[in-house]
Amino acid sequence: MDFNKDFPILNSGIVYLDNAATTLKPKSVSDEVSSYYLKYPVNAHRGDYNLSRIVDEKLDNVREKVKCFINADKKEEIIFTSGATESLNIIIKGFFKDYLSSGDEVLTTKAEHAALILPWFDIASKNGAIIKYIDLEDDLSLSLNNVKKAITKKTKVIALSHITNVIGDVRPIKEIVEYAHKQGIIVLVDGAQSVPHEIVDVKDLDVDFLTFSAHKMLGPTGVGILYGKEKYLSKVKPLILGGGMNASFDSLGNIEYKDLPERLEAGTLNLSGILGFEKAIDYLNELGLNNIHKYEVDLKKYAINKMKDLKNIDIYNKNIENGIITFNVKNVFAQDVAAYLNKKNICVRVGEHCAKILSEVLGVKNTIRVSLYFYNTKEDIDKLVKALDNDNILYESL
Amino acid sequence: MDEHLKRSIMIEHYQNPLNKGLTDDKSYKKVNMNSKTCIDNLTFEYKINNGIIEDARFDGEACAISTSSASILTEMIKGKSIKEAKEIIDNYKNMIDEKEYDKNVLGDANVYDEIYKQPNRKKCALLPYEGLEKVLEGK
Repeated sequence: MDFNKDFPILNSGIVYLDNAATTLKPKSVSDEVSSYYLKYPVNAHRGDYNLSRIVDEKLDNVREKVKCFINADKKEEIIFTSGATESLNIIIKGFFKDYLSSGDEVLTTKAEHAALILPWFDIASKNGAIIKYIDLEDDLSLSLNNVKKAITKKTKVIALSHITNVIGDVRPIKEIVEYAHKQGIIVLVDGAQSVPHEIVDVKDLDVDFLTFSAHKMLGPTGVGILYGKEKYLSKVKPLILGGGMNASFDSLGNIEYKDLPERLEAGTLNLSGILGFEKAIDYLNELGLNNIHKYEVDLKKYAINKMKDLKNIDIYNKNIENGIITFNVKNVFAQDVAAYLNKKNICVRVGEHCAKILSEVLGVKNTIRVSLYFYNTKEDIDKLVKALDNDNILYESL
Repeated sequence: MDEHLKRSIMIEHYQNPLNKGLTDDKSYKKVNMNSKTCIDNLTFEYKINNGIIEDARFDGEACAISTSSASILTEMIKGKSIKEAKEIIDNYKNMIDEKEYDKNVLGDANVYDEIYKQPNRKKCALLPYEGLEKVLEGK
């Protein structure tokens, strides 16, 4: 399929391989964002005039669409946030801070993104909860067996990425949740790297909370989703108070909150972004997430097949089935490789990828990450491999 | 200077950096420069007595531009007065920003006179100089 028409930036000759950071946006998304500003640039929840009603209806439609996209039960379980980071902060600080008592254990791993780790540090310093790291396998993946081994009587919550953002391994979430629930453990899953790339069905996985960001799945920046089962979501304390989330308040400080979802959506939402997000979901539905996933896996295989012949490359996640390739060029600092590739119009990401404690297990601090999406092609891979097949990368990076 | 020579000087300073390794001597002023936008992370130590920079050291992990620039700066700055150091910093920044500058005070640091062609690398070339500036300003 030719995506150049829908993604005009692809015509610039750019080879964009940083999709785990953010994806490109199709024209239908940016058109819808513009439409908001040009055609109905007003606030929601102002039923007094027609334009506001239009925005209300559209907002409601997007919520419904997100609900279907992840197969949630109710629209009220879908909260609009500014991104997965905010979603995670709301869950951890607005729910688990009170839910956990001193000595209760939070299980996570050393492969997680900062957004899934730092809020726990924050609440643990206040409520005395203990953060424990489940052992990873040699290939840095996570097995159900190691999860079982890490669980104790004090484990109250397991917090994991569905797919990690450095190695890209898919966690056996369904099995983990099934086991955890039998012990009364809540499971929080960050789907930032999975929801854009494969079908994530919250009922099938039975996760208690799920978070993800619109901008990693063709949508606008500044929009994220917080999904929670109603029984837990209804107990999440709003971290942000203000307009739109209260039903009434008086001068004595008595506040009555609105019901879900508005209770957790104080202030004016990123309306243009949320409406644009609907078109991103439409686009993904049209292509089909199964097709996207298969395409990415095949393209990674194609890339690995070519890259493994390069003697100057160390690949860290060869056999993991998805669209992320993490590697280094021997004897060249990752950032110099990226600067060199940039000269060839190839965009990759280097660094610790926000997973700063992974280096404790990976053994190297900085890596180069190539992350694919459905609009990447074999030609993109050929350009990358041709560029990397060079003994003078350091010299040419200068 | 021709391009090959410039690159060769950078690579020499990157692969065999001068003044690398910290003393942890308390008489040195120390500053860590952890880039906000990339993964350069260098720490510098300067020994300053009576307005003269007597010694300069650095260590850390950074790209070839940042590391070679740190090596060249720390070597060039030894024995210079604070006034001379400030002059070097000003001229160097002007060079990176494509403004007028006096290349006679910059020595080997002139190898970065075309780094503006790679805007993403400007901050790498500047990082050591911003570190020295912080030390001199007592920040």
